Amino acid sequence: MKSNKPELIVNNKRLDGRNFDELRPLSIKAGVIDNASGSAYVEWGNNKIIAAVYGPKEAMPKHMMDPSKAIIKCRYAMSPFSNLSEHGRSGPSRRSTEISKVIKEVFENVVFLNEFPGSEIDIFVEVLQGDGGTRAAGITAASVAMASAGIPMRDLVYAVSVGRIDDKLALDLNMIEDNYSDSDMPIAVAPRDGEILLLQMDGGLSREQLSRGISMVLSAGKDISKKQIDALKENYDSISKKYES
Amino acid sequence: MKMESIDMIKVNYIKSMLAKNMREDSRGMFDFRNMRITPGTMGNAEGSAQVELGRTKVLAGVKIALEAPMTDTPDQGNMTVAAELLPLAHSKYESGPPTPEAIELSRVTDRGIRAGSCIDLKSLFIEEGKAWGVYIDVYVLNYGGNLFDACEIAAMSALLNSTMPTYEDGKVIHENRKNRLKIDNIVTSTTFAKIGGSILLDPSLDEEIASDARLTVTNDGSSIRSMQKGLRGSFYQKEIEELVGISFNKHVELKSLIEKRV
Repeated sequence: MKSNKPELIVNNKRLDGRNFDELRPLSIKAGVIDNASGSAYVEWGNNKIIAAVYGPKEAMPKHMMDPSKAIIKCRYAMSPFSNLSEHGRSGPSRRSTEISKVIKEVFENVVFLNEFPGSEIDIFVEVLQGDGGTRAAGITAASVAMASAGIPMRDLVYAVSVGRIDDKLALDLNMIEDNYSDSDMPIAVAPRDGEILLLQMDGGLSREQLSRGISMVLSAGKDISKKQIDALKENYDSISKKYES
Repeated sequence: MKMESIDMIKVNYIKSMLAKNMREDSRGMFDFRNMRITPGTMGNAEGSAQVELGRTKVLAGVKIALEAPMTDTPDQGNMTVAAELLPLAHSKYESGPPTPEAIELSRVTDRGIRAGSCIDLKSLFIEEGKAWGVYIDVYVLNYGGNLFDACEIAAMSALLNSTMPTYEDGKVIHENRKNRLKIDNIVTSTTFAKIGGSILLDPSLDEEIASDARLTVTNDGSSIRSMQKGLRGSFYQKEIEELVGISFNKHVELKSLIEKRV
């Protein structure tokens, strides 16, 4: 937490006028990268993120190949111009390496890896513009990209973060809230029966706040899932129109 | 990661034991292995502690250096925790740049201490443009499972063991250490593994190989300070709530173990 914390709550509303359990505006478009097997573009608040999936294809390098199932590789990266502050360094940082790892583990859970022995599936998450909650937005996008690639999954994962500002829990923190919040907890969920596939947290939370925070994430799922499914339907409609004409 | 054939045999064994509600070393599901904390093993360091947890062995060393404060926090010092998987600690670890596993371990260890506000960073300020930087490096010497808790507890113990170098006439004297490093809070870490339908605390090496999911919770007795879920498996909300409760119970015994050895 940085010093000189600004007032994040004014008249019981958040700085951007949201209620505490309100998501930022979210729009998802599937099928944005022609070369990819599947892709999605997400605008979530001021976040602008592209996710693309390539594969299944032959696993490389050979020693990483698993003859019994597909392996998943993931790259999460922020563009050097993604931040309001200074020019970011390109290339993997320790932060992006950790996030890539936890995103990879989310998809290892839901993809039917046994369907594609000996192959690899690549997930690329490129944060073009970041405004807090990029890993959650990236997972939500990657999930749509994976589905639009036609890769079988047992569920359509979504993710969103919940944080604590003073004594209030707030859903979907933006960058300012994230920088000055007292706690931040990104969570990824397989919504069918509420399995939690990614959970990270730092700051301070009581047990009661933890329970309430997870519940807020679970109830926000309906809206996010609907946007994901709508994006996929729209993509299929536009593809079938292309072939009809 | 691909599984070696010998691992398959071990995994089957661990799972068949768990089906009978037993662990390979006959521990209870939520028991730690024997933990030994030895502070002050490295005299040149400002602080140090070795932690043995079953066969896992880690060593934390603290160096305190004079440096310029960060520009966004000009009135305080800085701290960094890093963990390193030494190639001598296990045959699967290799020399070279840190793997994603090593980076995750390192960052999760840092997060607990940082989010717990364990070090009074304001007390590290010396004068304008000068502050102390506290570097906690945790070396994994032998990998026997559950590095997350071993590293966090070693880092915490080494910090409690640390003394400050002196600063006189613009110079740092490492030989002359008088005051203790000011520690504001003690966090402890508990890591759970989910194997099939069973959840257990402090996984051994073989139990880690068999794990579907992992959850690390650090707390200071009043608040949860950090959490990290790892691996491809999942947890339900109710499970997480229960494990956090166990983490709070364990904090009492871990904290007294750490304090006893200061």
